[in-house]
This record gives sequence, C-alpha cells and structure tokens, in this order.
Amino acid sequence: MKNNNVIEVENLTKKFGNFTAVNSITFEVKKGEIFGFLGANGAGKTTAMKMLIGISKPTSGKAQVAGFDVFTHPEDIKKNIGYMSQKFALYDDLTVKENITFFGGIYGLSRAKIKEKRNELVEELGLQDIVNELVGSLPLGWKQKISFSIALLHSPTIVFLDEPTGGVDPITRRQFWEMIYKAANNGTTVFVTTHYMDEAEYCDRVSIMVDGKIEALDTPKKLKEKYNADNMNDVFLKLARG
Amino acid sequence: MKRFIGFVKKEFYHIFRDKRSLFILFGMPIAQILLFGFAITNEINNVDIAIFDKSNDATTQEIIQKISASKYFSIKQNITNEAEIETVFQKGKVLAVLVFEKDFKKNLTKDNAAKVHVITDATDPNTANSITNYISAIIGSYQKEINKNSTLEYQIETKSRMVYNPELKSVFMFVPGVMTIILMLVSAMMTSISITREKELGTMEILLVSPLKPFQVIVGKVIPYIFLSIINAIVIVLLSIFIFKMPVQGSLFLLALESVLFIITSLSLGILISTVSATQQTAMMISLMGLMLPTILLSGFIFPISSMPLPLQIISNIIPAKWFILILKGIMLKGVGLCFIWKETLILAGMTLFFIALSIKKYKIRLE
Repeated sequence: MKNNNVIEVENLTKKFGNFTAVNSITFEVKKGEIFGFLGANGAGKTTAMKMLIGISKPTSGKAQVAGFDVFTHPEDIKKNIGYMSQKFALYDDLTVKENITFFGGIYGLSRAKIKEKRNELVEELGLQDIVNELVGSLPLGWKQKISFSIALLHSPTIVFLDEPTGGVDPITRRQFWEMIYKAANNGTTVFVTTHYMDEAEYCDRVSIMVDGKIEALDTPKKLKEKYNADNMNDVFLKLARG
Repeated sequence: MKRFIGFVKKEFYHIFRDKRSLFILFGMPIAQILLFGFAITNEINNVDIAIFDKSNDATTQEIIQKISASKYFSIKQNITNEAEIETVFQKGKVLAVLVFEKDFKKNLTKDNAAKVHVITDATDPNTANSITNYISAIIGSYQKEINKNSTLEYQIETKSRMVYNPELKSVFMFVPGVMTIILMLVSAMMTSISITREKELGTMEILLVSPLKPFQVIVGKVIPYIFLSIINAIVIVLLSIFIFKMPVQGSLFLLALESVLFIITSLSLGILISTVSATQQTAMMISLMGLMLPTILLSGFIFPISSMPLPLQIISNIIPAKWFILILKGIMLKGVGLCFIWKETLILAGMTLFFIALSIKKYKIRLE
C-alpha cells in the first residue's frame, strides 16, 4: 500500500445477477481522513461499504482496506476496522456496562483492557449515572454515542459509519460530529455514509455515487466550485438529476 | 475461546431477562405434562397384528379370516413360538398378537369352550384398549354365528393382556410426546427466534463485521439452548418418574444420548428457519405452523399413525418427532437397547446432517 492510504479501491464491481449494484468504482482514502460516502437510496453505497468491511464478496476489481485484500483476507480486515450501523445496534436487554464488555470481548480485548477502556468511556461521555442501566431505557442520542464509542473500543485503523445520524435531533448530531472529529484527530480514519448534505460539508473529502458509479470525488469546497453551487445539497441535486 | 465464552454469557443474559422466554422454557414442560393428563380417545384402523395359532384348525382359520377381512386389522405375520411374541413387540412391527390355544376346535366342540388370548402393546393405551374391544367384538359375532346352527352353546373366551403398560396409564403415552414437543419448542423455535432477533435489531450485522466467524456466532447462540433443553429433558423424566410413577425401563444413558441427538436435530431446524426468515414473527410462525403443528398431529403423539390415511402416513415419515417418539417409547416403556432402535436413530442423525448442510448453504448464499 503506497504512502499513507488506508483504503485503496480500483474498479470494484458487484453484480447481483444482471443488476450491477456497484459499477467499477475507484478511489482511495488517506489515514486520518474523514471520508464522506454520499448517494441516494439505492445508489449502491451500502453494497460498496459491505464489500469494504468484508461481509460481501466483490464480483471483480481490487480493494485493500487497512492493508489487507478484501478477496483474500477479509478476516484480517475485520480485526482492524470498527463498524457502526444505522440502527446503532446495541443489546437493549443488556446494561451499558455489559454491552461494552461484550463487544470488547468479541474483539479479543483482555479483561483488564476492557475495564480500562470502559472507565475511559464513562469519564469521557459522562456515563456515571447510566452505566448500569439497560440500554433499552436510554434515549436515542445516548445509544448513538455509546454505539460509536464501542465501534472505536479496539482502536481500529478505520471506522465505518453507516448513516450514523439518522433520526437524531440537530444538537445531538452536532455533538456526534465533534466525536467524529476527535476520532479523526487521534488518527482514526472515518468512512461515513450520510443522507444529510449539511454533514457532507464537515467531511475532508466526499464522493457522490449515482446509479452504482462514483460521479464526483473531491473536497466539498472544490465540488461547490466545480458545480457552481452554494452548498453540497445543490451539488448533489445537480449530479443526481444528471 | 474467551470471546466465545463472553458470547455464551451474553446469550444467557438475553434468556434470563426475558420473562416470556423463561416461561416457555420452564413453565411449559410442567404445564404440558399436566394438561395432557386428560385421556385422548381415538379410533383404530388397519392395525398390524400378528397371529400365534397353536392349533391351526378350521375354526381358528375361520376366525383369522374374519379378522383379516375387517378393515380394522391387517395380519402382518404368523408366529410359531412364544419367544417371538416379545420380539415382534420390541421391533414395533405389530400392536397386538392373537394367541389361539392348542386344540382350539376340539376344545370348542368337546368342552364347548375354547380360549383365545389377545396381547396388546399398551405403550399407546387407548389404541390397545380399542384393539382388544374390536377383536372381542369380531370373535363375539363369530360365536353368535356358530351358535345359530347348533343347539349347544359354544363359548369362546377372549382373554386379554396388555404388555409394557399394564395399568393403561395414558401418562405413559404422553410423556414421550410431551418431551418431544418441549425439546422441539425450546430448541427449534427459541433458537430461530433468538437468531432472527439479532437480525432484526441489526446486531447480527455488527457480529458479522466483527472478527467472530459466522459459525462461532451460530454455535454461541445455540449452546445455551442445548444446555437448557437438557435440563428440560431431565425435569420431564424426573416428573414422570416421581409424580406419575412411570418407570424408565431402558438405559438412562442411551436415553440421554438419544435426547441430545434430537436436541441437535431441532437446533439445526431452528438454524435453518432463521436463515430463511428475516423477522422474529416470521420465525415464530414458521416454527409453529411448520414444526409444532405437524409434530403434534403427525408424529403419532396424539393420533396413531396406523389410523391415518395413506398420504399422511407417508408424510409422517419426514417428521423427526415421529422417530424420536418411537425411540423414547422403546427406551422408556419397552426397555429396548440400541439394537432395536438403531434404524430410527440413523434416520434422525441423517435428518440432522441434512438440515445442517442446508443451513450452511442458505447462510452462505445470504452472505454473498
């Protein structure tokens, strides 16, 4: 893997029968970057992401994530990435503490390490009062934050966030982006898909997928210049309408 | 391995924090045993019987003729010595053996009285009872016929003896059935629901992205249910021994092994169901309609398979529970060893392998 790219993708394609969900996409993501992966529903961004996190086999093309090939070493990729889904999936019938212990455990962290990380988390997020509450009783904003922190628990090279701010109020969304910045500052690469175009402005670089292809890829500033638009929303609409 | 233990521990949290699953797990066996204490009546039809004709004369031939002409019985086999009676029962080939005493015709004409013995397999007491009644009725009508043409009163005395369950306790019949249903319910339904729940919540995705391998996830999810199913089986056996005074005739060790085999069969069915259903509700519907209903109706638990129409009899062969009930009855009531139930065991094992292979295939397709 050349220089400091943590994701390198070349002509990656995924076909389901006759339908091409992802059509020969090429891009790379640098270490510590916040990379926005945009597209309308059905544009193929979830399929593309699934190939990168090793749970879907590409039809053709090349891809390396965290230095490992997605075709030959998906298991090594899994050890080096974090993942947070749009459902903020945690176990509702387990307490915050038990959730942290469980997810730390399946990533192979030692008991001492889990305890250390857990204390850090409790301190950082101010979880002192709710650490022994069942996750099911917490508001969505809390679940989102905890879910993100759990995705970072094993200090992954890259964290993949699949629409991490769906259904959350604007203030919580802002707080959440602060957490993302903090992670990026600590050197974690953030790969994030989103629907909210205002969030696209927060990314270092964004790619916009339309019908399985990457139609645009640059910094938000350059994209706005290129498409002569005031904001990312206009850029997106111009691209999506063709 | 440590990851794995954490996983199993989490699974136990799920189970013990959900009152509904706790009720199904532990309330159900007891409730069912008590509920099924009510006798269930049933009719007989085309029951296989064997004949042990010690006199083999014109009269016995006529009676046999009459019995085989009725739609209730079909004569499967003729026996030539006492020892064979035990064997045919243990093999489960016939449900009743008809024994005509020596010099049947001579006794009838000379002493005006002859004896016929009906021995029935009373592991299914209702059927055994019906068989005895039906045979007595047929012999009774034959007796009337011969008495019509003669001035003398000929007496044929029908004696009956029920083997394996002489007191005709119906609890003896339903214990194997309830045990089968509970194990099926706990293993197949509960696992399929708990796996699809992870899918529904989105946690399955997280698990698949984690370094845990898919098979570790599945095995981790089923282990608690294996454990709980074994406890359930023990509770049921203890209940039947101490509350219903039902002795376990055969080897407890064999019983345990066969139970574990059936638990694994059910678990593999549960995994299979979870691969084809996306929601807990679907999983529950498939388990109830596709597994529980056929298990209750077609396994021979309530309705004797021999009385079913032919298409249903054929279908009953693909119900794993049917084979397990045969095994349980064999071990618990007849006290037979593996040499009498190896066929059933083999069929169950084969089914299990088939379901596991199918689940793996389906699971892979889903991941592609």
